[in-house]
Amino acid sequence: MAEFAHHCPVLMVITFLAGAVLTPIVSKSKKKFSFWWAFFVSLLALLFSSCAVWSLYTKGPISYWLGGWEPPYGIEIYFDYISSITFLMTVLGALIILYSKKYIEHDIKEEKLPVYYTLVLLLLCGMVGFSITGDMFNLYVFLEILSLSGYALIAITEEKLTAMASFKYLVMGAVSSMCVLAGVALLYNVTGTLNMSDMALRLQQFEPIATSYMALCLFVVGFCVKAAMFPVHVWLPDAHALAPSPVSALLSGLVIKVGIVGLLRVIYGIYRLGGAIDFTTVTNFMGWLAAITVLVGAFFAFFQDDIKMIFAYSSISNIGYIIMGISLISFTQPERGYLGMVGGLIHIFNHAIIKSTLFLCAGAIIYKTGFRKLSDLRGIGKKMPITCGALTIAALSIAGIPPTAGFICKWFIVLGAIEFGRGIWAAALLIGAIFVFAYYIKIVNAIFFREPAEPILEVDEAPLSMLIPIVILAISCLVFGVFAYLPLAVIKPAAATILGLPPTYIPPGG
Amino acid sequence: MIVNDIRPLLAPMISILCAVLIFWRGGNAFLRRSFSISAAIVKWVVVFSMLQGSLAGKIYVTELIPFVPGISFLLRVDGLGMFFGMVSSTLWIITTVYAIGYMEGEHARKRFFAFFALCVSTTVGIAFAGNLFTLFVFYEMLTVCTYPLVIHEETPEAMRAGRKYLVYTLTGGSLILFSTALTFYLADTVTFAEPGILSISNGVGLLAAMFAMFMLGFGVKAAIMPLHGWLPSAMVAPTPVSALLHAVAVVKAGVFGITRIIYNIFGVSTLKDMALEGMDVASVLMWAALITIICASLMALMQDGLKKRLAYSTVSQLSYIVLGVSLLTPDGALGGIVHIANQAFMKITMFFVAGAIYKKTHKKNISEMHGIGHKMPLTMATFTIASLGMMGLPPTAGFISKWYLCLGALDAGKMVVVVILLLSSFLNAAYFLPIVYRAYFMKPQDGNLKTDEAHWTLLVPCVICALYVIALGLFADLPFVPLALARGAVTGFFGL
Repeated sequence: MAEFAHHCPVLMVITFLAGAVLTPIVSKSKKKFSFWWAFFVSLLALLFSSCAVWSLYTKGPISYWLGGWEPPYGIEIYFDYISSITFLMTVLGALIILYSKKYIEHDIKEEKLPVYYTLVLLLLCGMVGFSITGDMFNLYVFLEILSLSGYALIAITEEKLTAMASFKYLVMGAVSSMCVLAGVALLYNVTGTLNMSDMALRLQQFEPIATSYMALCLFVVGFCVKAAMFPVHVWLPDAHALAPSPVSALLSGLVIKVGIVGLLRVIYGIYRLGGAIDFTTVTNFMGWLAAITVLVGAFFAFFQDDIKMIFAYSSISNIGYIIMGISLISFTQPERGYLGMVGGLIHIFNHAIIKSTLFLCAGAIIYKTGFRKLSDLRGIGKKMPITCGALTIAALSIAGIPPTAGFICKWFIVLGAIEFGRGIWAAALLIGAIFVFAYYIKIVNAIFFREPAEPILEVDEAPLSMLIPIVILAISCLVFGVFAYLPLAVIKPAAATILGLPPTYIPPGG
Repeated sequence: MIVNDIRPLLAPMISILCAVLIFWRGGNAFLRRSFSISAAIVKWVVVFSMLQGSLAGKIYVTELIPFVPGISFLLRVDGLGMFFGMVSSTLWIITTVYAIGYMEGEHARKRFFAFFALCVSTTVGIAFAGNLFTLFVFYEMLTVCTYPLVIHEETPEAMRAGRKYLVYTLTGGSLILFSTALTFYLADTVTFAEPGILSISNGVGLLAAMFAMFMLGFGVKAAIMPLHGWLPSAMVAPTPVSALLHAVAVVKAGVFGITRIIYNIFGVSTLKDMALEGMDVASVLMWAALITIICASLMALMQDGLKKRLAYSTVSQLSYIVLGVSLLTPDGALGGIVHIANQAFMKITMFFVAGAIYKKTHKKNISEMHGIGHKMPLTMATFTIASLGMMGLPPTAGFISKWYLCLGALDAGKMVVVVILLLSSFLNAAYFLPIVYRAYFMKPQDGNLKTDEAHWTLLVPCVICALYVIALGLFADLPFVPLALARGAVTGFFGL
């Protein structure tokens, strides 16, 4: 078993990659079969990721040498606490693929179905690979895989607007990828290695030089574009709102988190471990920008009428939460950043669940009614009670109303910010949360407390293959709020190791 | 003495279960009514079964799983919690009967009764919360659960009122969350304790800022001026909602929170130490309360809508409670806390009457209520009793509160408080007695003097509450009545 678990991380990537490549072949004669194939692939990957995570928490990180070549010469797959996000990716991936079955048949032509599932699997392959690799160049390669499949997925419906949105994303995404690549090149120039832990070791041996700083800045800019932080967030609203809903759920729930994983890898995996460069100027700057991001995202969301546009802007706001949480770091006293880090990490987890719920619910509503503006969707709650109930739970959760999942994140980040002496960030977060609630209440009002218009009256509840993922996710929003210790059991050791504390670290007073 | 017990958890859970049942099968009127009534009674029995022990000084505790590290989900029934829990569960039974009668023929009754039960559940949760964190969780849930009730009519006016309500309360909620986090950071705990968990060594300036944020946060629901704006607008809600939520649950949750902050988080000695250091935050709060008492009474004088007038009267009366607890003397605190119950019974009677009149005659404005006392003599009699109570005449409940408030003010050496309390009594008379006069001594416009009372489900609750108002005044010193419980709580706060 232990032997098997050792291979699991790499098997995940291979499953997705092979699955993606084989999709057009297996569904050559019967296009609709591609769904079953993709679903099977995602379940298989889920099995591998569960094994890997289980092994991580019982035996510690897995270091896997591709082809048996010893790092730093060969490529290393390093499955550590940050990588446990792959579990989230595979679970959500499977649920979203299940959801896609009906939705996407409705949205695109039948002969393009295999293309869609190939791209989704490739996207998942890129994200999983990105999260588990221990090699910088590999990181870049996976980043490109996931970005390219993302661009294509947004434009898959072949409408003019989606093509525009995709192009906008592509331009900014390409620039950010270039930044990351340049950062990799500069670090390689300084250290002469591409393996992350080796890089960290070697950075220690050098005096801090401008090149290392430069590389850090390039990484931060690159990953912040991917994560859609203010002021480089402009691509997100169109891309996430215009994409087909399951794709929006993937993009908003997971893909923007990849930017955060990248930041964690570089700042904490290389620079903090390297210890040679005081990066707190950069993280401090990130934190302030994050505080602005929270407010800007929440503010613009308020003026949208299109429900998916609202969710897209709220993603920007929530990315601000996460980056704020992980930016609360002190170079000399790592334990001071602990609570913020826990908050940031748990929000990666919770936001993925909540935002996927929201986009999937919006998708179900759009699928049934064809409308996407709040003003057209009045009274839909009476016709689709389960979907709208789930939407309400998720809306409460994202506004951070206790006892839902979103509240836990807010609590930790606020507490972390206060302990760190950044009351203003905490205040920004709370003000943002009020805005968030204000626009979600607009949605709840429209769907439940208004008289339905003529076309809405003929609508009924969404099909089962859409309801199952929605209900599972909505219940998780509640369960992970009330039983917050479940995700925290996983996230606390992750936060501690990222900060270089022992995994069993317990903060004073807690 | 601390006793581990499941009942503190059971009490809020019963109402949640009731809400779930109503959502599930509430389309059927009979089932909906049975669920509501039986849940109200069972819950009252559960709360009542703890009364004896609570009076004897027992503290019932249910500790659940840790919510976040260092803080668990803790329910703890002490004197103050028992007091508030008892008041709200008693009034729930009465209001449920009233609501069944009142909501006859209205739309969306399933939603109404389910959220009604949820609100009561969260109110009892607030009463029994054992730490600031649990209190906050229930406090926010209460905000969310009352929203569908406030906008029940779904008219543009109701939607506006709902929006206003949320903006006020959620902003307040954020301030509470912020200062809760600060409290946890300073004290490494948020569990309520006697006497308080913060001490002067945490820094006077910071403490004063926290106190201000807490008061702004809870002050929204307690409707301290100028944070009261949402309350009169929220009167568009159906009358049972105005009655239970805006005389009991929501607004009392605010003053209850203020009491908890003053006595269980800061503590009397810390606040007094702060006053010595030049940060007399309790006095600031007291002045805010005094100003509210007078201003809200003056506003009430100008209202013609009966419910609007009652709303401003509520704003004024709530500040009696805030005033009492901010005096920092045992008698003052006793007067304030006991007024939570007394005001609840008096104000709920008046709201019930307003609803009954509206249901029967569709009149909302006082200027239209000529001779209503001829038509509905019993209903108006209960209103008269409640009015006398509001003015603080013996032998009504209002007298007890005012008596202790005055004693407390004299203890604190604050003559001005006594003067303002007397002035407020006059103002109360000035805005309630004209209604009584108009009802009894003026002829109805249509000249019809025939008695035509409202349905018994509306009338009986009025009568019971009015009887309570007198009973609370007459038998104030017996055991088992609110005063004894409040006395127990005060003993703890001041370490007597």
